[in-house]
Amino acid sequence: MAEQSGAAAARTTNADGERVPTVIVDDVHIVYRVHGAGSGKGSATAALSRIVQRKTSPNVREVHAVRGVSFVAYRGEAIGIIGSNGSGKSTILRAIAGLLPAEKGKIYTDGQPSLLGVNAALMNDLTGERNVILGGLAMGMGKEEIYEKYQSIVDFSGIQEKGDFISLPMRTYSSGMAARLRFSIAAAKQHEVLMIDEALATGDRRFQKRSEERIRELREEAGTVFLVSHNNNSIRDTCERVLWLEKGDLLMDGPTEEVLAAYEEHTGGK
Amino acid sequence: MSTVSDTTHQSAVAVSTRPAPLPGDGLSPAELAAKHGLSVSGARPPLPDYVRQLWGRRHFIVAYSVARLTAQYTNARLGQIWNVLTPMLNAAVYYLIFGVLMNSKRGIDNYIAYLVIGVFVFNFTQSAILAGTRAISDNLGLIRALHFPRACLPISITLIQLQQLLYSLIVLVSIVLMTGETVGMGWLLIIPALLLQCVFNIGCAMFVARIGSEVTDVAQLMPFLLRTWMYLSGVMYSITTVKSHLPGVFGVMLELNPAAVYIDLMRYSLMSSFTSSQLPHHVWFAALAWSAIAGIGGFVFFWKAEERYGRG
Repeated sequence: MAEQSGAAAARTTNADGERVPTVIVDDVHIVYRVHGAGSGKGSATAALSRIVQRKTSPNVREVHAVRGVSFVAYRGEAIGIIGSNGSGKSTILRAIAGLLPAEKGKIYTDGQPSLLGVNAALMNDLTGERNVILGGLAMGMGKEEIYEKYQSIVDFSGIQEKGDFISLPMRTYSSGMAARLRFSIAAAKQHEVLMIDEALATGDRRFQKRSEERIRELREEAGTVFLVSHNNNSIRDTCERVLWLEKGDLLMDGPTEEVLAAYEEHTGGK
Repeated sequence: MSTVSDTTHQSAVAVSTRPAPLPGDGLSPAELAAKHGLSVSGARPPLPDYVRQLWGRRHFIVAYSVARLTAQYTNARLGQIWNVLTPMLNAAVYYLIFGVLMNSKRGIDNYIAYLVIGVFVFNFTQSAILAGTRAISDNLGLIRALHFPRACLPISITLIQLQQLLYSLIVLVSIVLMTGETVGMGWLLIIPALLLQCVFNIGCAMFVARIGSEVTDVAQLMPFLLRTWMYLSGVMYSITTVKSHLPGVFGVMLELNPAAVYIDLMRYSLMSSFTSSQLPHHVWFAALAWSAIAGIGGFVFFWKAEERYGRG
């Protein structure tokens, strides 16, 4: 592990021999405001009187999802994020991607991080083929570039292995197929920061192997990869550093084996 | 989940933290970020950069609107025929009510052509605004999955409506020809009139897209506002005749409202009975001014909230 990260560092330092940070998270707090929570008082008259009296809705509840997390991620690192459900893993990734405002603290990034979530739908009523082309164009690829890469994206996704699915609308895909196609589209581009939020969990074993391979490639191209997963083996295979979040706090930040050992002990074995 | 195990892990943090929480030669996070040229995540790009990014996505805008239009009727048996059938049925309904039942022709030559042009041209603005209110909320999945300037969405939504208008123009031209109009050089004026209206619509779509993303109630309110606007815009009657029994200011306001301006220009281009004397003064200037105001104003207004779309 140590030699591996040493080698990665050699490729990813700047002229002064410093490691180049790609994501700096500085004491970030994230609070969700949930509308329509709480009980009763959702009637039309209640809503009207609220507007007349200029009161804010009593149904807004605050959920403090991330409480003061700080870390720095460097080029060429693959960082696993672990923790039980609801511990703030997806929330912190969405904040890094700029999709959630931080209540307090700041997040600095190199370029525009891309987040690949399990629910990130593309255009469900369009065919897989259209989705590949539109997805590529939306990410800022040129027309020629996307036509050039089209075949390799489709091959990588393995969508065509079971028949001609690429010409069917995406709503007809199984969740695993859709996730595979989404990952293939997103991975076709060189990202400074790519965050994968359990997007690989629905793929089959063969696809997981292939995508882990691609994650390693992305790292070698001096990008930073974040991986949220409940599968400790896939974190072991791809990441050399792990962040452990629990109830919105950063409990541990360190080399994979150390953190995973503590986590497995905490959750009561594998 | 005992507190005991929690405290042991807390103590483990201090021991095992390999990179110190915030390393970098004692620099503060902000200084470290500045040193390596990192920017605050999710910040809105400056306007010139934004325009450049948007221009870089022009292929996406076009491809997206074409794909959306072709996907629209995939579940219908008649498929793409609906693109032409919908405007035809629309025109038929309006003719039945306003032409036959209410007989509101009142001194308008070639009332069918007059009405159909009004309906189709207004429908272009109306549907662009209606679709614009839902431009953000309908595409949250796409917005959250991929990064692109969000202004792509209201623009491509307007382009979808423009393509539908072009289908409607097939119907329109055949109706106009059947009612005895002849093709002339004046027909070329359709092009600048449509271009100006298209820019106006894009601006309006961006304006309502931002409002619709912040206040979802607008989507419910919009159909009523648009219907009121339609009845004020001389779609099925002539503003010139109504104007005579209205105070002067109101008459001018009716005539110079953007929908009436674009409708009148189209009638002027296509109908020989609609002469320049029926056009309000400075009509081309009004058309240009409206598209500039809406286009630039709507774009800047939309850009101001760029970082907030898809959040929450």
